[in-house]
Amino acid sequence: MASPLAPTSSARRGRRYRWGLKITPYTYVAPFFVLFGAFGLYPLAYTAWLSLHDVQLVELNALSWTGLGNYDDLLTSPRFWKATLNTISIGVISAVPQLLMALGLAHLLNYRLRGALMWRVASLVPYATSAGAAALFFQFAFSRDFGLVNWALHSLGLGPVDWEGGTLSSQLAVSAIVIWRWTGYNALLFLAAIQAIPQERYEAAALDGASRRQQLLYVTIPGIRPTIVFTIVISTIGSIQLFGEPLIFGGGSQAVQGGADGQYQTLGLLLYQTGWANGNAGRASALAWLMFLLIILIALTQAVVARRARRR
Amino acid sequence: MTAPTETTLSRRPSRVRGPDARGVRPRRSASPFRPGAGRQAHGGPVAYLLLGLMAVISLFPLYWTIVAASTSSQAVNRAAPPLLPGGRLISNLGAAWRDADLGKAVLNSFVVSGSVAASTALFATLAGYAFAKLRFRLRTALLLVVIATAAVPPQLSVIPLFQIMTSLGWYGRLPAVIAPTLVSAVGVFFMRQYLAEALPDELIEAARVDGAGSHRIFWHVVLPAARPGMLVLFLITFVQSWNDFFWPFVVLTSENPTVQVAMVKLAQGYVPDQSVIMAGALLGTLPLLLLFLVFGRRIVGNLTLGALKG
Repeated sequence: MASPLAPTSSARRGRRYRWGLKITPYTYVAPFFVLFGAFGLYPLAYTAWLSLHDVQLVELNALSWTGLGNYDDLLTSPRFWKATLNTISIGVISAVPQLLMALGLAHLLNYRLRGALMWRVASLVPYATSAGAAALFFQFAFSRDFGLVNWALHSLGLGPVDWEGGTLSSQLAVSAIVIWRWTGYNALLFLAAIQAIPQERYEAAALDGASRRQQLLYVTIPGIRPTIVFTIVISTIGSIQLFGEPLIFGGGSQAVQGGADGQYQTLGLLLYQTGWANGNAGRASALAWLMFLLIILIALTQAVVARRARRR
Repeated sequence: MTAPTETTLSRRPSRVRGPDARGVRPRRSASPFRPGAGRQAHGGPVAYLLLGLMAVISLFPLYWTIVAASTSSQAVNRAAPPLLPGGRLISNLGAAWRDADLGKAVLNSFVVSGSVAASTALFATLAGYAFAKLRFRLRTALLLVVIATAAVPPQLSVIPLFQIMTSLGWYGRLPAVIAPTLVSAVGVFFMRQYLAEALPDELIEAARVDGAGSHRIFWHVVLPAARPGMLVLFLITFVQSWNDFFWPFVVLTSENPTVQVAMVKLAQGYVPDQSVIMAGALLGTLPLLLLFLVFGRRIVGNLTLGALKG
């Protein structure tokens, strides 16, 4: 308890105490910045440096300057453009239906329901499924000879589809994995946003004679616009980094090629193929930066479109 | 059961669930006021029909994985696939555990996801508390840096990271997967938002008046208030880390894999028996499902808190 402290020592304690108060905030934020600096910021800058060199993965210290050569090689390579287009098309056919369905699901979940929690849990089960396990299931479901999907099509009198071989079919199959895993997740984000809309707005709309559909269009959707924008941005970033789903869907040891003809090779797969299968670290670094630029480009486009839509 | 209050709770993180300063444990059902939830229409038959369809689609892949994992390879590869479970679940799970080294993969994933989630929760709370409640120069600037870093995709750092891990001798070992994800910008931002509301300034001032030092305040005042938020952050980080693909695939070998890396091995047909493959898929997702069963309400209700994921 109260120890008899000499005045000088107490003053020193006070000074140390105040100094402690001053330094504490920095020590609390330090772990983040130290770890992020070491494993995030430094590698980020170094990737930019590597992307300007001819450098192999096995000998990352042997750099020879090529300037923008790697970027030039990529931008003139059909493989790169194919992967870019694949990434965009898989992104679109997975994100658009996913977000629309999530909106519909959120609308349903917003009703007063028996077992409301149960329905929410059910819609979130795909999110709680291991990504790899989900991809394995879909690989089986879409297999040509014994797959569930072709079996179901056959029972409907429709011919089998070569889901892995075709361009559109394989991209649809990969998108199915993404849609299945993330629709419920996005629906719950939308649901929370819908429930934050003040009830008075609905009452005012109802007084003005708005139907339920009109309420959805003119109250609900504008009311959750920030969440919609957020989910679009997140889905975009996720799509551009898509890697595990097409890798597992492809199966065999050549899976990083994204199909015999690269028909569903995403930029993520191409990055792995360039950097690790082919060992070209310089070009893979350039590819990583191009992926980042693509994210920024799409995000800017979305921002412009969103702004124009709001003005209308 | 009527509309649950979870999502409402999620918007009001100020309701600290542990005992508060007065030692009073606030009850969950304290407030009957749920904005927006009050006058919803009851769902009609169509709503239940559509929700039922959604539930079937959500659950079917999991169900069929169990079916396939409990039959034989021949049954899976028949023209009409099986739709009812067989009796070989245990033996197939055992085979997956042995043949595909799934046991090791699950253990590895537990170590990785557990340590990543624990460290993210701790460091995010430290930094989040500083950003929410402490005054210091550069605070706004540093917070902006944190937010900006959340937008950087991980691909941008993989090649130098690979070099770092190789030179540290960590290639193929778990620290290589754990170290780069020990902190998360999104986590820091999340805890900042949480603590700004969940931790009253008066509590900190009272502790300070009582003569508590900074660290004492952190351990005895901040941490208890932060616990519910930390749990949510822990769970969400755990799921994300468990499902992480790219970096583990790059830096680990299939001799010492995480679950996702082992799944690639399964997909590439290292194990010829398809029932065993599906048993492996089941094993890889079982821990997440268990987590979800135990903490499902928390995750469902507080998803929006962690919604700002990277």
